Amino acid sequence: MTVLVNGIVTEVGPDATLADVLAVHGVPERGVAVAVSGEVVPRASWASTSLREGAVLEVLTAVQGG
Amino acid sequence: MGDPLVIGGREIGSRLIMGTGGAANLSVLERALVASGTALTTVAMRRLDAGGGPGVLELLRRLGIEALPNTAGCHTAAEAVLTARLAREALETDLVKLEVIADDRTLLPDPIELLDAAEQLVDDGFTVLPYTNDDPVLAAKLADAGCAAVMPLGSPIGTGLGIRNPHNIEMIVAAASVPVVLDAGIGTASEAAQAMELGCDAVLLATAVTRASDPEAMATAMRLAVESGRLALGAGRIPRRYWAQASSPSR
Repeated sequence: MTVLVNGIVTEVGPDATLADVLAVHGVPERGVAVAVSGEVVPRASWASTSLREGAVLEVLTAVQGG
Repeated sequence: MGDPLVIGGREIGSRLIMGTGGAANLSVLERALVASGTALTTVAMRRLDAGGGPGVLELLRRLGIEALPNTAGCHTAAEAVLTARLAREALETDLVKLEVIADDRTLLPDPIELLDAAEQLVDDGFTVLPYTNDDPVLAAKLADAGCAAVMPLGSPIGTGLGIRNPHNIEMIVAAASVPVVLDAGIGTASEAAQAMELGCDAVLLATAVTRASDPEAMATAMRLAVESGRLALGAGRIPRRYWAQASSPSR
C-alpha cells in the first residue's frame, strides 16, 4: 500500500505497521513525534499501529525557533 | 538568588527566557545561550526532514537548559493543539509556549483562537504559557482559563520596536494572578530592563540576541539588564518631580 510520510509517497507492504514505515525512513526513537491523519500516536503504540491505504503521516522534531 | 521565578509550580533558574530562532549556527547559539544565563529556551516543531538543525535538542540537553516547545506558525486552535501534543510526545514535557497567530505579516496573536487553544490545552494537562497581545482583558481571561503565565508582546515578533504600550503592560502586571513574561519586540538591553521595571516577572527574547552583530555580547547585556531592572523595581524608584531638587547642600 501507499502512505504519505511528510509529503513523501512511500510504498510499504500490505501489513506494514507504523513502526515499519518509520524504520524505512530512518526515524529515530527519541526526540520525534508522529501524527497519523491528525492524531498523535504515542511511541509505545508505533509497533501495534496498523495503517490504511493513503494514511498521512507527519513526523516532527524540535528545531531552532521562537 | 532568593527570588526565583516560579511558573506552574516549577522553579526557573533565570528570569531571562531565550529563544533559539535566528542564530547563524549552533556554535553562535551555544555561546549566546551560555552568556545569557538562561534556564529555559524555546524550540519550534517542524517536519523531521525540514532541516534547520536536529542538533538543537542535544545542545540544550548538554547545556542543562530546559526546552520550551512553541506552536509557532499555527493559525488555528486546532493546529496549535495538535502541535502542542506532538511537542509533548517528542520532548517529553508538558510545557508549551502557545502561539496562535492571525497573519504572517504582523504575526500578532489571534485572541479568539488563542483563548480556545489555551482552554483545550489546560484541560489536557499542559502547562500553558500563551504569547498574547498587550491586552489586559485577554491576559486576565487567559489566566482565568488556567494558564501558568501570560506572555504579552512589547511589539510584534522580530521588530525590535520595544515596549509600545508600557501602560498596558503595567495594567496586565497589576491584575495578574500568574507570572507575566514580556515576550517579543525587545530590541536592546534598556528595553529588557524596562520590562522588569514595569513589573514583569521575566523577559523572553530571541531575535534581539541571535541577530545582533555580536550575539554573545548582547546575551550578556540582556542578562544584566533583566537583573538590573528587577533590582531597580525592588529598590523603589524616586517619584518624578516637576522642578529640580538640589542634591548638594546649599551652603
